Amino acid sequence: MVEYNTAQEVEKDAAYKKELVELLYQLADDDFILAFRGSEWLGIAPHIEEDVAFSSISQDKMGHAVIYYEMLEELGEGKADDLAHLREPKERKNAIILEEVNGPGNYLEEPEYDWAFAVVRNYFYDISKAIRLSSLKNSSYKPLAQVAKKMILEQYYHLTHWNMWFTQLINATDEAKKRMRQAIDKVWKDFDGVLTLGPSAKEMARLGLIKEEQELKDKWMTEIKEVFEKLGVELPTNDGPGMERGDGRNGEHTEDLTTALQTLSEVYKVDPAAGW
Amino acid sequence: MSLFAFDSLTEEEKYDRFLERINAGEKIEADDWMPDDYRKQLLKLIPMHGISEIMGALPEKEWVPKAPSLRRKLAIMSKVQDEMGHGQLLLRVAEDLMRPLGKRREDIMEDLLTGRLKFHNVFHMEAPTWGDAGVIAWLVDGAAIISQTMMLTTSYAPYGRALKRICAEEVFHAQHGEAIVMALAEGTDEQRQMLQDAVNRWWESLLMFFGPDTSKRTGNSNQDKNIMYKLRTKSNEELRQDFLTKYIPRIHSIGLTVPDETLHYDEEEEMWVYQQPDWDKFKQIVSNNGPRSQARLRLREISHENNEWVREALGKKQTMQTASV
Repeated sequence: MVEYNTAQEVEKDAAYKKELVELLYQLADDDFILAFRGSEWLGIAPHIEEDVAFSSISQDKMGHAVIYYEMLEELGEGKADDLAHLREPKERKNAIILEEVNGPGNYLEEPEYDWAFAVVRNYFYDISKAIRLSSLKNSSYKPLAQVAKKMILEQYYHLTHWNMWFTQLINATDEAKKRMRQAIDKVWKDFDGVLTLGPSAKEMARLGLIKEEQELKDKWMTEIKEVFEKLGVELPTNDGPGMERGDGRNGEHTEDLTTALQTLSEVYKVDPAAGW
Repeated sequence: MSLFAFDSLTEEEKYDRFLERINAGEKIEADDWMPDDYRKQLLKLIPMHGISEIMGALPEKEWVPKAPSLRRKLAIMSKVQDEMGHGQLLLRVAEDLMRPLGKRREDIMEDLLTGRLKFHNVFHMEAPTWGDAGVIAWLVDGAAIISQTMMLTTSYAPYGRALKRICAEEVFHAQHGEAIVMALAEGTDEQRQMLQDAVNRWWESLLMFFGPDTSKRTGNSNQDKNIMYKLRTKSNEELRQDFLTKYIPRIHSIGLTVPDETLHYDEEEEMWVYQQPDWDKFKQIVSNNGPRSQARLRLREISHENNEWVREALGKKQTMQTASV
């Protein structure tokens, strides 16, 4: 199987580069938009200790997005800041469930944010991310394998954090149970959008960039089943989560992404050529 | 003196012993005997400081998702997180002091929402542009460093330890602020204007930050008592003068001005002369009648309301331990 050690080496293999770039956009956009949603929680988490911990997690996530965007920059895709701030919604590859607003209101006015949704979305995502990273450790693109090894160390803490919240809340009061159930059902409907690697998943696996999509999905389902069984909670369905609102990997998105991008690029767009 | 002997002293003798201790430079720990009045002063100072850190996260939070580059996004997230962390640290110090009075952190939060507990004047103000995010981190944090460094020698040891850590982090914040400000100052005309507007907007608040020079201006001041208890070593005016000495040259050196034509250094008096801020306005602002007071309090209130079910759920699970990341 081919292996590449630098961005320069990839230049001569157009087919490989195409799939590598596609995968990197998915990884970058997923982390970027969820870190953005996390940053909107700043200052209004359930308690001050959580505010500090959640913010630390969001920073790590944003940091990972930066690493991926910088790898894309090295591959000639343009400036990392432009990739994060200027691409149109239809060019974005993140899963739809990750762009969804935290709840009614917005982060400045009347944020009626839903902590159960935050816990479930982040927990499910971080399980999936840990599985993905452990596959990327063996990626044929060595720079990606290298960064995956580092990210995995941080990922362990994130996963522990969300697992703790999930476990604490799911069997607590009746209201907590109800809210967690609603959040699980909501996330479940679209979570396949996170698990999929998009239209060229097979080609990515063939080139050794990452493992087969199905294998990664099965691992995620196995882990989720174990957690749910241990806690005595029923799965919403037995055949895995859905993708009701479309495939973000294919550029399909909701209005939530459009408004998120307007917010996060508001200042940058004043003058993208200026130094900020 | 043995513990037994100390217990047999009258309150007045204990008080005198206490003053001897702090005058000799000794530090007071949370479990040490302290006069009620000393505890009262600490409980005016520390919860206000702690809650100001937390409320202080809110104006900058407005700019966290909007920060104009990946690098700035990471830096401002980290900075605001630090402020919340400082709030947490200080509230813990306050909690220990409140315990003998049967009060808890919940009471601090409630006092904030009912207006009994005030927070710093600067955090009631608007931060309408990215320039404000820079000026807050540069000058508001710069002012905070000046007043907090002065309090490092405080006679209350747990507060001193918290301040030591806070001051170390504040230095990074001021550097973060300087980096934002320098980028704007060296940027396009529009960026420079954004920065100058922000300085103009913040100037009066920065002067107010240190409090009135004498109690005559607002009819209320604890500074003399705090100096006696060695909670602080400098007066409000001395701190303000330190701030002007440090920052006026820096502000001018990057081509900015301050909105006060009377401002100058009087060589004979060895003092900065400046236009007094409107202290009636100051009183209004810290009474939660500033431009953003209610909106920011509302954010805390809505967080409190929305997460009530979470607190209840955690209350049921007493084993809950917050994982530190």
